[in-house]
Amino acid sequence: MDVRSQISMVFHLDKCIGCHTCSIACKNIWTDRKGAEYMWWNNVETKPGTGYPSKWEDQTIYRGGWEKNNGSISLKGSGKFKGLANIFHNPYLPVIDDYYEPWTYKYLDLIESPELDDQPVARPVSLITGKPIDIKAGPNWDDDLSGTPDYARNDPNLENLSPAEQEAMFQLEKMAMFYLPRICNHCLNPACVASCPSGAIYKRGEDGIVLINQNVCRAWRMCVTACPYKKSYYNWHTGKSEKCILCYPRLEAGLTPACMHSCVGRIRYLGVMLYDADRIHEAASADDNHLIEKQLDIILDPFDEKVIAAAKANGIADSTLLAAQNSPIYKFVKEWGLALPLHPEFRTLPMLFYVPPLLPVMASLSDAKNGAQNDKLNPIAKRWDDNWLYDTSTEELWGTIEKARFPLQYMANLFGAGDTSKISPILKKMMAVRIHRRSVTVGDLSAEKVNSALTDTGLSPEQADAIYALTSLAKFDERFVIPPAHREQAIEMLESTADEKGSTGFGFKERPARGV
Amino acid sequence: MTILNNFLFIALPYIALIVFLIGTIYRYKSKKFKYSSLSSEFLEGRKLFWGSVPFHYGIVFLFFGHLTAFLFPREVLLWNSHPVRLLILEVTAFIFGITTFVGLIHLFIRRKTNPRVQMVTNKMDLIIEVLLIAEIFLGLWIAYGYRWGSSWFASVLSPYLISVFTLNPQIEPIINLPLVIQLHIATAFLIVLLIPFSRLVHFLVFPLSYLWRPYQKVIWNWNRKKVRNPRSVWSVNKSRNN
Repeated sequence: MDVRSQISMVFHLDKCIGCHTCSIACKNIWTDRKGAEYMWWNNVETKPGTGYPSKWEDQTIYRGGWEKNNGSISLKGSGKFKGLANIFHNPYLPVIDDYYEPWTYKYLDLIESPELDDQPVARPVSLITGKPIDIKAGPNWDDDLSGTPDYARNDPNLENLSPAEQEAMFQLEKMAMFYLPRICNHCLNPACVASCPSGAIYKRGEDGIVLINQNVCRAWRMCVTACPYKKSYYNWHTGKSEKCILCYPRLEAGLTPACMHSCVGRIRYLGVMLYDADRIHEAASADDNHLIEKQLDIILDPFDEKVIAAAKANGIADSTLLAAQNSPIYKFVKEWGLALPLHPEFRTLPMLFYVPPLLPVMASLSDAKNGAQNDKLNPIAKRWDDNWLYDTSTEELWGTIEKARFPLQYMANLFGAGDTSKISPILKKMMAVRIHRRSVTVGDLSAEKVNSALTDTGLSPEQADAIYALTSLAKFDERFVIPPAHREQAIEMLESTADEKGSTGFGFKERPARGV
Repeated sequence: MTILNNFLFIALPYIALIVFLIGTIYRYKSKKFKYSSLSSEFLEGRKLFWGSVPFHYGIVFLFFGHLTAFLFPREVLLWNSHPVRLLILEVTAFIFGITTFVGLIHLFIRRKTNPRVQMVTNKMDLIIEVLLIAEIFLGLWIAYGYRWGSSWFASVLSPYLISVFTLNPQIEPIINLPLVIQLHIATAFLIVLLIPFSRLVHFLVFPLSYLWRPYQKVIWNWNRKKVRNPRSVWSVNKSRNN
């Protein structure tokens, strides 16, 4: 057992309002530079939709992630032989038009324009060439455009949904969507690290953050192809790849990453997870339908005596162990089983977990005939009567999940490697928590019904309360449990403190041979 | 003429080699960040394929061809003793020469016409590209006009190059060569001279070590076991983080 610690995250999609504050916080700190204008280390996508870069999930185009062959795994579009053979021209590299061409406006024209008959306008100019451009795409170009033919219908996750199901999703009255915020997953089996010919990308041992050494990166661009989430970006100006650094300078100082700190919906949680590094390869090469179990299996219980002993032997600090025991991530992912990794079938073992959204699923449209529909159309206001349109009642306990407005298969394609049985227990649990809390606060549900909801999903009332508390009430310190970085020890190891003494007047320029 | 010959075939080679040696090492040590070729595939991907791939595979073949002829003149002559084998070698090399030339012309046109690629082009890129075009063109001319170069290279140029590298330059074999061949040699040394100042350094850091390193890479910023041992003294372990 090789116990290591990993800074891990949970995004609670039910709470995401799609405001993009996270993206702006990140952009302002890290990617507001030449060559990085098009990069969004943090971005928020509307689902169903094609995302950023366009259709990033479609690995028949981009060849990201790992694929299984003969019991082991290999990189899909890069790797030692494929990568070096394609080093002069990488056929699977997304180009800037797959993201968008960054632009600004000639604001000075508004001021310096001579007096004319017409108002002066600020023309858009490309941030690459500086020439005027016609804007064809931009960041979040598909924002809230779910249901449109260009975006939603090209979503790669619609695969294996029946045509009828797809049609139902995009009818105007039934249409639903949710937001998917994405950052680097800081995977346990990162494809970007494995694909880098120069060896510039590495995972930090202390906290599992994946970083690119800018001095070693030589612009071979294989990581851009290899990352199935397209979270490694090529800076065309410096000729280096860049990616989310999980705000490690902030983390080391005990602060939260900027995207999490600024999150308006408070959807983000961050904490430590302990995992067994010896079993990474085994977990990554599991069958498709066991991938999630295997990944969750190598995440270790921070209260287990054996795990603690092994962690200490491996040099994990006590403060990190304490943080692991208080980790909100461990609760969401392991204790309650509410969060799943995004696209586990890419086999990178992502350590960012998502609580799937319940709301678009739960609010289902009643089965009413068209005649009845017309009757319910409010004759004066000409609007649908919401009580009729969406059935959010809890009459039938789990019926709404099975007859969901939002096909479970779609969620399963995102978070369950296509297996709906991974999703429905989570949604049931979330609904059971709602039912339980409704009985506590409103009290209009029978105790019998509440009990059956909880026992069906295997939750105790205490657990339901804890889920409710961490979901809805949690304060800053409960959402973000950041272990100290122990930089004081790092400094002792990295720099000779004797040098420091000598340089301030102690008199030694070289290390004293026999001790002072 | 003697002065010019001495300059082109004695002074220039030594200047070029010394500058190359010191320049590449110094740049690697001091400006590691810039030790690569600035890829423009991200800005323009399709046309690049028809330039970069033929050019690179061609020039790699030509480079190792010249290297083999220089290092193993005897073996090359032995191989060429049979006319069919000579023909195979010459035709293959000529095809690779054409491939390189066509690829290079593609790259040059792309660089000059694509507005996005122009934004990541500097003067040195153009100088290098023009020099390479000239060099390959001269090479093709020699291959066509002065046949069986693979054989006379071994008897004329290998001795000269060996004499340069053994610090005892003998230029007699080459001063009577046709001007085209002399130009080809001088341009080659000029390109070597410019390597440390241009994007050409990227061939020096071709990532061969990728083949034998493990796929995953984890770096501890400090020795996690040592740091917790109260009996260990401070040590001057440098960070392994490059």
